[in-house]
Amino acid sequence: MTDSRIEGWGRTAVQGKELQPDNLEQTPPVLFRGLGRSYGDSSLPPSANPVVVNTTRANRMLAFDGSTGLLRAEAGLSLLDLNRTLLPRGWFVPVTPGTQFVTLGGAVAADVHGKNHHVDGCFGAHVRRLKMRVADGRVLECGPDLERELFLATVGGMGLTGQILEVEFPMVRIPTPWIWQESERVSDIDEYVEKLKEAAPKWPMTVGWIDCLTPGKHMGRGILMKGRWAHSHEAPSRFPSEPPNVAFPIEAPEWLLNPLSIRAFNFAFYWKHLPRTMSGIVSPFSFFWPLDFVKGWNRMYGRRGFTQYQCVLPNEAGPGAARRFLDVLTRRGGASFLCVIKDCGPESAALLSFPRPGISVALDIAIRNDTQALVDELNEHVLKEGGRIYLAKDTFTRPEHFHAMEPRLPRFLEVREKWDPQHRFRSAQSVRLFGDAP
Amino acid sequence: MKRVAVLGATRGMGRALARRFAERGDFVAVLGRGDDEVKRSVADLEARGVPGTRVVGVPCDLEQPESFKPALEAAEQRLDGLDTVVVTAGAFATQEQLERDPALAAKVLTVDFANTVLFCEEARKKLLMRGGGTLCAFSSVAGDRGRSPVVMYGAAKAGLSAYLEGLDHKYRREGLVTVCVKPGFVRTGMTDGLKTPPFAGEPEDVAQVVLEAIDAGTPVVYAPPVWRAVMTAIKAMPRFVMRRVKF
Repeated sequence: MTDSRIEGWGRTAVQGKELQPDNLEQTPPVLFRGLGRSYGDSSLPPSANPVVVNTTRANRMLAFDGSTGLLRAEAGLSLLDLNRTLLPRGWFVPVTPGTQFVTLGGAVAADVHGKNHHVDGCFGAHVRRLKMRVADGRVLECGPDLERELFLATVGGMGLTGQILEVEFPMVRIPTPWIWQESERVSDIDEYVEKLKEAAPKWPMTVGWIDCLTPGKHMGRGILMKGRWAHSHEAPSRFPSEPPNVAFPIEAPEWLLNPLSIRAFNFAFYWKHLPRTMSGIVSPFSFFWPLDFVKGWNRMYGRRGFTQYQCVLPNEAGPGAARRFLDVLTRRGGASFLCVIKDCGPESAALLSFPRPGISVALDIAIRNDTQALVDELNEHVLKEGGRIYLAKDTFTRPEHFHAMEPRLPRFLEVREKWDPQHRFRSAQSVRLFGDAP
Repeated sequence: MKRVAVLGATRGMGRALARRFAERGDFVAVLGRGDDEVKRSVADLEARGVPGTRVVGVPCDLEQPESFKPALEAAEQRLDGLDTVVVTAGAFATQEQLERDPALAAKVLTVDFANTVLFCEEARKKLLMRGGGTLCAFSSVAGDRGRSPVVMYGAAKAGLSAYLEGLDHKYRREGLVTVCVKPGFVRTGMTDGLKTPPFAGEPEDVAQVVLEAIDAGTPVVYAPPVWRAVMTAIKAMPRFVMRRVKF
């Protein structure tokens, strides 16, 4: 089998072998990878042994209890597949990230969060059992009450503690498959953060987009979206149709995304929302996964790709933390096509889970010659504020910055050391950040 | 509602097709090898199928012809009838591997031709005894013309396609509908590691096309459908061109 290009979603890549077996019974002891939606190098194999197992063909449901919603499935099952099967029957995943192109194994490994984080926490908080194959070849079960240490290191552990074979968690009953959404145009970042906090106790799902290019008084103006599942008397009786797929047609030239075009997009996005507030029924597809219908939208960023910078600024950083972050960004001329801001709820017990109480900021940054310097500067700022970054998005963070942001890291590494002393399960990211041998 | 036995339902195109059957309420017998694999696929179809769908697992191995008859009988009995039999299972190896290893060549030729025909013969007898039904077998575009990357595999599939056509001519008036599926390159575990050519398809796309063909009784179906045009072009090429090109 010849080597091929293995890419992260931000298009950073290595040459290697990506095995894709029908089941996970016999796989070499190397990193597992799902649908490859982590932006950076977390799902890429290390350079010296560039082999990774793609789990997406292991996508069988193994048990579904139609009364409690408890589901057990192979780790390669995608949320897309799951939603297509169970959403029409009135069941939804307890937590969904901004894309359906995520496997259950990936959702556990990155401990993904969604618009309901302030209420329901991360995906891992709902997991009852994981079936894993660990470095010595043993297959075992773990959960919040069984091999708890391994479980807490595996949730959010980026696949570094072992291979996740099966995942068990309860699906959630929903009244209808439609969303009641209220959106609001907000004129600057401070007001935005305030409104986000106000909405938290009233709405089970919140998220928003801001314009991070306009400096000064209107810095961080944006659209705040709040939602809940619609009741049957307000929702259409039909099932929402999936939007038609379009493919991003070409690998875009680098000049397509420039400060001017990004500014124009942000301007249009803001003023499209002409009334101050809007409300109504929307489809779950546009509410949860607005970009999913554009296949390969990452090609918009051209050959060099992009990185997503996502950090959480903790409540302890005090008021104005989001504004200070945007100040650093705009001073640096960092232009992001999309800037997503969301408040996070309590921190999970999982050792490397990303969210903690505070404000999460996510930026898409096209890779240019100065991207490393930009990320360094943002990281230094986040470090000063006591925040941290999200491994599932990261390509550029330096190990010293990550170590300083993560007082929990030694504990994680200790547990990992116990289960995989030879670091068989390592990624390009763990080589970069944790000092694993390449 | 159909009562379907699918040999090969544990993986690839068979898995995708079996899901389509269960999702619309057909009864499905999963025929395959490996107890655990069969059990997992049965569980998958039960979870995905509309409530009330019956799914059963029956051991059957395309490498063991003596398993064919008992498997079909068990499927018929446990589904309270049988009107459709599908075989998606098969073996694959590259031409280089087959040239190097005569034992492997014997296995692939036997499984893909002789044993598949023997399985279809058992299915034919069973369906005709019940008054008719549909027999759907997965051949391949590789059987449409002798080509250098699939000399032996293509020959086995050409034999299978010819058998299925003959079966159709002989028995359709007695109620046996034969559907010969010719998948092009489809991304499955079978083709894992091969270089992906243009027009490659996904098992889910193939499943939809095959489901429609089974419902309509289409004798020959290419999947994804674009492969009909591709193969028409390849079949039209003169020999001196075929000798030069790599496909």
